[in-house]
Amino acid sequence: MLRVAGVTARYGNITALRGVDLHVSEGELVCLIGPNGAGKTTLMSAVTGLLPVTAGRVLFEGEDVTRDSPDALLRKGLALVPERRRIFADLTVEENLLMGGVTVAPADRRRRLKEMEELFPVLAEKRTLHAGYLSGGQAQQLAIARALMSGPRLVLMDEPSLGLAPALVEVVFQLIQDLKERGTTLLIVEQNAKKALAVADRAYMLRTGEIVDEASGQDLDRWADLFEAYVGG
Amino acid sequence: MIAVLQQLVDGLGRGSAYALLALGLGLIFGVMHLVNFAHGEPVTVAAYSVYAAAMFGAPWWALAVVAVVAAVLTSLAIEFAGFRRLRAADDFTLLLTSFGIAVLVRAGFSMWVSTTPRQFHRPAWIFDTVRAGPLALEIYDLVVIAVTALTLVGTWLLLQKTMFGLALRAAAEDFDAARLMGARANRLIAGAFALAGLLAGIAAVLILMRRGQAEPDMGLDILLPGLLAAIIGGLGRLEGAVLGGLALGVAQSAFRAWILPNSLSRLTEAAVFGLIALLFIFRPEGILSARRAERV
Repeated sequence: MLRVAGVTARYGNITALRGVDLHVSEGELVCLIGPNGAGKTTLMSAVTGLLPVTAGRVLFEGEDVTRDSPDALLRKGLALVPERRRIFADLTVEENLLMGGVTVAPADRRRRLKEMEELFPVLAEKRTLHAGYLSGGQAQQLAIARALMSGPRLVLMDEPSLGLAPALVEVVFQLIQDLKERGTTLLIVEQNAKKALAVADRAYMLRTGEIVDEASGQDLDRWADLFEAYVGG
Repeated sequence: MIAVLQQLVDGLGRGSAYALLALGLGLIFGVMHLVNFAHGEPVTVAAYSVYAAAMFGAPWWALAVVAVVAAVLTSLAIEFAGFRRLRAADDFTLLLTSFGIAVLVRAGFSMWVSTTPRQFHRPAWIFDTVRAGPLALEIYDLVVIAVTALTLVGTWLLLQKTMFGLALRAAAEDFDAARLMGARANRLIAGAFALAGLLAGIAAVLILMRRGQAEPDMGLDILLPGLLAAIIGGLGRLEGAVLGGLALGVAQSAFRAWILPNSLSRLTEAAVFGLIALLFIFRPEGILSARRAERV
């Protein structure tokens, strides 16, 4: 569904990604892990068109989308839940959701808004509240719900558990698993490697801008143990 | 009391045009982080369009339409020719470009039309007054206040109740996040310039009815109080821009009427600027600050 082939990207003067290759197949939950500064967020920005790709190609459903803008990619079915969520703090919760559905027809937008409010009861409850007043966990739910409003086929999530209390991390990962069961394809960047590896079908490890390892099946458990030994989860 | 009301109406009338220009500046600043020094030029082009149309004997309602259309088209042309290719440029480059556009437009009218003002007729009722009890109110002031109030309500409805308005507000807060939701950058920015041009066009009608002339450097002249109003209100805060414009108008009227003796009335501008300097010492972020709560 998504293929990243030899992608190189620069962030200012530094080459943040060097010839990254990875792919995500339909229905898969793929996880990208790696230390701080490895280039995980840069890769998300490069794939979604926020950052120009200097070499290599990005293919989405077989089509070359390397030069596509973020809005063009969203219209093709690829949504990003960005790092630090970036919800619109000055808009209400409901307005954030409607904004997520800015590309869909008004009738569908209303229908999806209802769906999201059923899926995330806390958002329905806080509908008219300015999103800046949400707690971290609520804001993360809003960021995910907002991305789902466009009805994407592939969802990229950048650090969905960042800054959340442990109980809320559970909630977010439960939600990620639910999404996968509903047939959404997911590519997730996570610091919380153990949790992420537990739900993933496959995983890549990124270090200093390069993919250094790949794992699936049994290897995922081995990776999880390894992470626990080195960084305590 | 009556004198106070009289000056208040006068000040609100004066401040209305500032408020409309400041609102447009705020909209453009929101989506592009640009302090658009070329935002007075739609007013200049509107003025010369009115001058041209008046030569054919067009009545004032038609001149008003001409002014508004000219301002919207000018604003869109400025965005398309001046800023579309500079989207990724830093704020300072954008600022200088906007200043360059303003200078070019002024030079163009000076070279190809005239350096001296060009006159056109004013509406017949422009200096008439109506009596409301003990008050003698100029019809012009009442028209200005009514038109501005309607425009502000319309703009508010557009921003609050339509998807375009929602996308503009979202983009003003986080442009990239709005693009990630699927908002098209070009349309959004062109939309902001069109709306700002519409507001500038309405301001132009209000100004031109009274002035009855077009001059090459009127854009920059008019822009200055609009820009001040936007900064007084807190740049990017739209309600602040409106408040700033009205406050500036009322302050000017008050200074002229009471605070400065007649012999010093030419110092009104200086006195108002002094007041603004004081405001920035005590509240550098403007009347309404743009600070927001951010939680992790």
